[in-house]
Amino acid sequence: MIANYGYKDGSGEYYISIDTDKCTSCTAGRACLTACPKGMFEIITDDYDDEVAAVKQAFRRSLAFDCTDCKPAGGYTSLPCSAACTPGAIKHSW
Amino acid sequence: MITAGIDMGSRTVKVVFLEELKVDGAPQLRWGVKGKHIMFPEDLDPDQAADKAFEDALKGAGIARDQITRVVSTGSGRKQVKFANADVTEVGAGARGAVFMCPTAKTVVDVGAEEGRGVKANAEGKVVDFAGNEKCAAGAGAFAESMSRALQLSLKEFGEASLRSDKTIPMNAQCTVFAESEVVSLIHSATPKEDIAKAVLDAVASRVCAMVRRVGIEDEVVLIGGMVHNPGFVQSLKVALGVDKVHLPDMPEYISALGAALIAADGEAA
Repeated sequence: MIANYGYKDGSGEYYISIDTDKCTSCTAGRACLTACPKGMFEIITDDYDDEVAAVKQAFRRSLAFDCTDCKPAGGYTSLPCSAACTPGAIKHSW
Repeated sequence: MITAGIDMGSRTVKVVFLEELKVDGAPQLRWGVKGKHIMFPEDLDPDQAADKAFEDALKGAGIARDQITRVVSTGSGRKQVKFANADVTEVGAGARGAVFMCPTAKTVVDVGAEEGRGVKANAEGKVVDFAGNEKCAAGAGAFAESMSRALQLSLKEFGEASLRSDKTIPMNAQCTVFAESEVVSLIHSATPKEDIAKAVLDAVASRVCAMVRRVGIEDEVVLIGGMVHNPGFVQSLKVALGVDKVHLPDMPEYISALGAALIAADGEAA
């Protein structure tokens, strides 16, 4: 399942997509949990009883601001969450 | 076996009882709706609302509580249903219920009071891809309701009025608050109410459509949630999605509760 967490507003479209099929057999040791400097990810049990990564509820409506520090303007050349997730489950839409 | 699905939405509580049927030679008729009930819990504490709705639904269906083998809750208040055996997200429940009602449709558009979302489901009703809007209320029923109040029309009149308009007035504001000020400006410039109603519903449809595009639009779309009762919105959404077949299932506001009841039955069978 591709889970898109985020929103679209007047300034753009801000979604973090998680391919949860890649989470069920995570080979990165749930690295997303520690890679995000703000700790935006959590592991939840989804509707199909799989343990998958998700963006915490509190961050879902403020991604444009919370992720800013990890974008190129913050000095990063790649996103820490996407880079840590070696199965390639995490993508940003912006 | 009778299972129950309870959808604790932001405006209403919906309950569906599902009974296992034994129709010889027709395996597709395995489940039938035994009873359904909707409640507008205006003055009730949310904790009491689930209990009250459930009791009323039992009374309406003429069944006893101990006949229910399993209860699954869904909706934004699903955690408040203390007597539920399990809970599922509104995404999972909506997809399960929608595919049960319209097995050929794979794209589910769910527009309720609080939120709209697009879901791509497989043939079993399992979610493949979904997107919602966690921040903006402009793509949801509460926005349409608020705008109908600004125009001093009932929701029914609001939807019907929009069908009488053939004008396209773009609403540029993404935010509900700013969109409302655009509506006020249109009222002051003596724009006919039907044109404003169409502009509002076009705007809601456009927001919803943007979410659905994230998951991809298949040929057949099923529209669920309370906004299905608004004919103007349905028309605007059909145009925005650009698809020929938009299924409008019976009892659209109950589809998530139905999905939860089906998931309850799956759990009982497992």
